[in-house]
Amino acid sequence: MSSVPAADLSTEAANVFERPTVWRMLARHWAVRIGGVAMLLLALIALAAPLLGTVDPTLFDPGSRDLLPGGAGEITTLEGESVKHTFLMGSDSFGRDIYSRVIYGTRVSLVVGIACALLSVFVGVLAGLSAGYLRWLDMPLMRVMDGIMAIPGILIAIALVALWKASLVTVVIAIAIPEIPRVTRLVRSLVLSIREEPYVEAAVSLGTSTFKIMFGHILPNTVAPLIVQGTYICASAILTEAILSFLGVGLPTDMPTWGNIMAEGRVQFQQFPHNVFFPGIFLAVTVLAVNILGDGLRDTLDPKMAKRA
Amino acid sequence: MFAFLVKRTLATVPVLLIVAVLVFLLLRLTPGDPAAIIAGDAASPENVAKIRENLGLSKPLVTQFGIWFGNLLAGDLGESYFFKMKVATLIGQRIEPTLALSFCTILIAVLVAVPLGVLAAWRQGGWLDRALMSFSVLGFSIPVFVLGYLLIWLVSLKLGLLPVQGYQRIGDGFGPFIRHLILPSVTLSVVYIALIARVTRASVQDVLSEDYIRTARAKGLPEARVLISHALVNAAVPILTVIGIGIALLIGGVVVTESVYGIPGLGRLTVDAVLARDFPTIQGVILFFSFVYVLINLLVDLSYLLFDPRIRY
Repeated sequence: MSSVPAADLSTEAANVFERPTVWRMLARHWAVRIGGVAMLLLALIALAAPLLGTVDPTLFDPGSRDLLPGGAGEITTLEGESVKHTFLMGSDSFGRDIYSRVIYGTRVSLVVGIACALLSVFVGVLAGLSAGYLRWLDMPLMRVMDGIMAIPGILIAIALVALWKASLVTVVIAIAIPEIPRVTRLVRSLVLSIREEPYVEAAVSLGTSTFKIMFGHILPNTVAPLIVQGTYICASAILTEAILSFLGVGLPTDMPTWGNIMAEGRVQFQQFPHNVFFPGIFLAVTVLAVNILGDGLRDTLDPKMAKRA
Repeated sequence: MFAFLVKRTLATVPVLLIVAVLVFLLLRLTPGDPAAIIAGDAASPENVAKIRENLGLSKPLVTQFGIWFGNLLAGDLGESYFFKMKVATLIGQRIEPTLALSFCTILIAVLVAVPLGVLAAWRQGGWLDRALMSFSVLGFSIPVFVLGYLLIWLVSLKLGLLPVQGYQRIGDGFGPFIRHLILPSVTLSVVYIALIARVTRASVQDVLSEDYIRTARAKGLPEARVLISHALVNAAVPILTVIGIGIALLIGGVVVTESVYGIPGLGRLTVDAVLARDFPTIQGVILFFSFVYVLINLLVDLSYLLFDPRIRY
């Protein structure tokens, strides 16, 4: 007589009642898949930039100026040697390889996007927790945040970069500052609702320190909406950095960033539109991927917010 | 109602005051001599000394702010040493193109986005709804300047339909004025359309599930009337709100669009001022844009009274 082994039964039963884990829910959502895969690809491009047939993006050769995509020419290395090189996306008016600059530009965009998201979320969380949990700080802090929000973000970024010497660090800080109030407001509103939860009241009545309540009990419950918000900040920071560079007020012009390539290319746009379009396509696709990822994360991690939008 | 008007209007005072403090501090908390920064790179020592005198830099920070803020209230935004004129005059000279561009953009955005949003909500899950939602993600992602160059390339260079760049004053004839304005306005309106259409859709969707919509349909009203005078009017408050909030997006877009299309407006002035490190102008433009942004949002809030008689506070 054959009988079903007990072990099988139990796994089957477990499968029926098992709640899908967050990871599995994420992996199942189409937007998370598309956005995530695109982001991984871009990260891979950024990391493997030297291996993708590129040359040093700052190298130039006066003999290879204004080549059309696919054009063959030479490029002078730092040692002064002339090397044959095919310019897949053409060259700019200095004779630099646009393909190499676009590929290396991925690094700058991703670093700026991620750094801005981390910085603004970090500062926003500290400010939001303080405003939401320390009553005396709430009013003054939120008034300042209102003030920052009343100034269009890009103007704050432009003004700060103009005041400071433009570098990767200053640009990241300048773009992150106008994003901070939104994170602060989000965290504050979450804290205000979470602090009324029974488990927080229980912790308070047990004499838990304010510090521990804020970071041990309240903070973990704000993680999901913050990941979503951080993703959107990343997308908008990548856009803002490109805008600043494009306007000529961003990162130093010899740095290979998509905005810088376009700023250089716009002068000759009528003859060589590809100098603007190649970096433009990379920029649009990257921002789109981050936004799609954000929408997917919002749908899975933060269903309440998904309903609102 | 009067109480609401007064209360809401007074609420803008602290916000504007804080904006003024922030813009003031921008220059003072930066390492370096504010007078030297304001005077610009090519300033003579006498000039710097004169500016230092005018700003009262030897006095305490609060007194300095008092002097600066007093001038501000009198309409004096300071003097641009780069453009060699009063910042307020400079803004006055550059305002027309920006106003024209913004007005056209808002007009296009509202005329396109609101009907699309209503139709998408009406046939929820239909092809238009899905197309609109995809378009709105795309609209948020495509950078204004990439779109601008794409349109210049396609419409002006390939098809030769519209002028490539530049601006014609309205005084020089309406035809050329509009022809120069179409592409920049369309470029700038895309993000705005995405934003407004999304909120219109969500807001109308909410209203469509209300009982009074069923009643309106049951008494045999034509569907168009149900959608417009019952659904849309009651869904107006969130739509107006997002149009107001979107002004910040619009201002950011103006700066970029004016550079792409070579329009000599306030956005272009901002960039020129930053490139010349002309800080009085930068401060003036930021104050001006923020003031407009806060004012428009005040007007938006006050307009709730027209659409939602329940709001009385």
